[in-house]
Amino acid sequence: MNHTSDRFIDNSRAALANPVLQAALANLKRGFPINRAEVVADLPEFEELRNVARDIKDHTLDHLDVYLEIYERNVRASGGKVHWARNAKEARDTIMRICRDAGARTVTKGKSMVVEEIGLNEALDASEIRRVETDLGEYIIQLRDEPPSHIIVPAVHVTKEEIGDAFREAHEGLDPTRALSEPADITAEARTRLREAYFSAEVGITGANFLVAESGSSIIVTNEGNGDLTQTLARTHVVVASLEKIVPTMEDAFAILRLLARSSTGQEFSVYTSVSNGPKRSDDLDGPKAYHVVLVDNGRSSMLGTNQQDMLRCIQCAACINHCPVYSAVGGHAYGWIYPGPMGAVLTPSLTNIAASAHLPNASTFCGQCEQVCPMKIPLIKMMRHHRNSAHQQGHGGKVSKFALFFWSYFAGRPALYRTLTGIGVGVLAALAIGRGRLKSLPLVGGWTANRDLPAPEGGTFLTRYRRGER
Amino acid sequence: MKQIGPEPGTVPPIRVGLFVTCLVDFFRPSVGFATIKLLEQAGCKVEVPEIQTCCGQPAYNSGDPATARAVVLAWLDAFQDFDHVVVPSGSCGGMLSHHVPELFADDPVNGPRAKRLSERTHELTEFLVDVLRADLVPVHRGGAVTYHDSCAGLRELGVKQQPRGLLAKVRGLELHEMAEPEVCCGFGGTFCVKYSDISNAMVTNKIRDAEASGGDTVLAGDLGCLLNMAGKASREGSPLAFRHVAEALAGVDDIPPIAGTGVRQ
Repeated sequence: MNHTSDRFIDNSRAALANPVLQAALANLKRGFPINRAEVVADLPEFEELRNVARDIKDHTLDHLDVYLEIYERNVRASGGKVHWARNAKEARDTIMRICRDAGARTVTKGKSMVVEEIGLNEALDASEIRRVETDLGEYIIQLRDEPPSHIIVPAVHVTKEEIGDAFREAHEGLDPTRALSEPADITAEARTRLREAYFSAEVGITGANFLVAESGSSIIVTNEGNGDLTQTLARTHVVVASLEKIVPTMEDAFAILRLLARSSTGQEFSVYTSVSNGPKRSDDLDGPKAYHVVLVDNGRSSMLGTNQQDMLRCIQCAACINHCPVYSAVGGHAYGWIYPGPMGAVLTPSLTNIAASAHLPNASTFCGQCEQVCPMKIPLIKMMRHHRNSAHQQGHGGKVSKFALFFWSYFAGRPALYRTLTGIGVGVLAALAIGRGRLKSLPLVGGWTANRDLPAPEGGTFLTRYRRGER
Repeated sequence: MKQIGPEPGTVPPIRVGLFVTCLVDFFRPSVGFATIKLLEQAGCKVEVPEIQTCCGQPAYNSGDPATARAVVLAWLDAFQDFDHVVVPSGSCGGMLSHHVPELFADDPVNGPRAKRLSERTHELTEFLVDVLRADLVPVHRGGAVTYHDSCAGLRELGVKQQPRGLLAKVRGLELHEMAEPEVCCGFGGTFCVKYSDISNAMVTNKIRDAEASGGDTVLAGDLGCLLNMAGKASREGSPLAFRHVAEALAGVDDIPPIAGTGVRQ
């Protein structure tokens, strides 16, 4: 996928000027955070569960190799196969090979962020294989040829009207008089099309919310049930998951599941929580003939043991995104890669590089709402700060701010000079404001006065006035 | 030499070093004087070290911890002898009491020193309520106000009820809560200049919420947020006035509000 994080400022300007997007973001802000607050208030042990979940993941990450190997053994014992992919290309190549070996003409796909990350969609679309997204949001953005703008509601930026238009353009034989203005109409139309795909697909690809070491299981949660149909109706089921999805036991997975939907959509539990184990056994009613798991590293193992390890606790619930005032101003596409919001501001520089993504950890007021709601207690601000340090060390902080910082630190370290300079500054600004209390524009602080006035100093610095005996 | 102890039944006053913050020093000295007044009313002996400059946060948040450490060392030198350091800002207070120990975590000489002083450093309203349990001299300051919870004070220091409790004792003052008092105003230090358009969207929301609150004066504990909000309100021609919470608590009414907004001219 294209990486446009270096154009974050231009991207965000465009987003702020897009009224359709702004209306969608306003809706988002009024939805999930309010629901979350209600269900969290209803669960007295929520705070304690956060500690439990954090400890489970910390323990797992400290012994990641051990649990991944136990997991692989148990997948094999249940008749499945585990493929290890060091990077995006290995993952793509492995999945494409599995699809071809299965004789796939149609592939159905559940929602998965790591599948976006490895660029599988582009690889499938460049091949002879037909890709059908089965999550409604993913299906909509597939028709519109767009990346997701949110990790749990990928089409949050699209209006009902735009969805109707996309369906009319893509769905052959659609009655032009058919109503597509209400969510129920849209869902019914999508369901008709997806039914056909479920039954014709040779391969179904899903992500995983958890991989369970003790049983070799993969767990997905959905609200539409599309994941179940994707993974049980096709002859071959491919699970694509990044390394950190592993937990030791089923009990661990369900402890964290108690936090996931509450933090995410504000539901107590997702509508469907589906556990898969290997291919269909002789006495199973349904299930795939072949079961593959592609374990994707793609930069994660190099975060282990560093100041970025805690980010691997992330369960991608999107609570940080839903509560972030920067995300809710600009939406997901402005961030320029797969993962938006605070979790993206931490993950993107780690998985790509800081040079191209230095804006993301810098474009935060450090207000801390993200940390406050993160179910896994990830210290997001601290981790963004680590990235800021790297960006500064490598000279990606911007020349102007580097100069300003040097200038400021020079005077901050020389109190007498500082007092003289601030005294002069106050005098100059007061003279410019000439009794009006504010300045409409001022050189060097155009970023400030573009959108706001600069309040004029009250007059005289505190330290000067105090020294003169004023109390 | 004979040690002279306190009079029976009295205790020596608490010696407080006022760290006024660079924004108050430059833009709003009245906040500094109001702070001194409140601390003295609560029985403290307040001193203002002249060699103070900044808390180091601009460097710390810009990814330059080495420069931040250099600035904080000067703060340590200036304030280490006080019983407590008081800061009329949750942001600078958070930097000094919350982040400074981490900044010196690997320094065996300055680390323990920094930790000891950080533990004695407090945001103003937190100090008045949680440390001193002070009864302020009741002042009268009529009017309807709304209170914005600045992020660092709220989430790093737990400043939420303290200013509200103190404001409840101001005679004639009515507090009208706005819709989302805990949502960031978009200041964020250098953020508001580097990402000016996003900051503008955030402060626009904040002004809208404050206007809808029914209060005509916005109070907050951080001058950065206040300058941002007051500057925006001034540009928009909003009738809101903006003051630091210390001004309201000390009954300051002889200077115009920040940016002169809310003043009928």
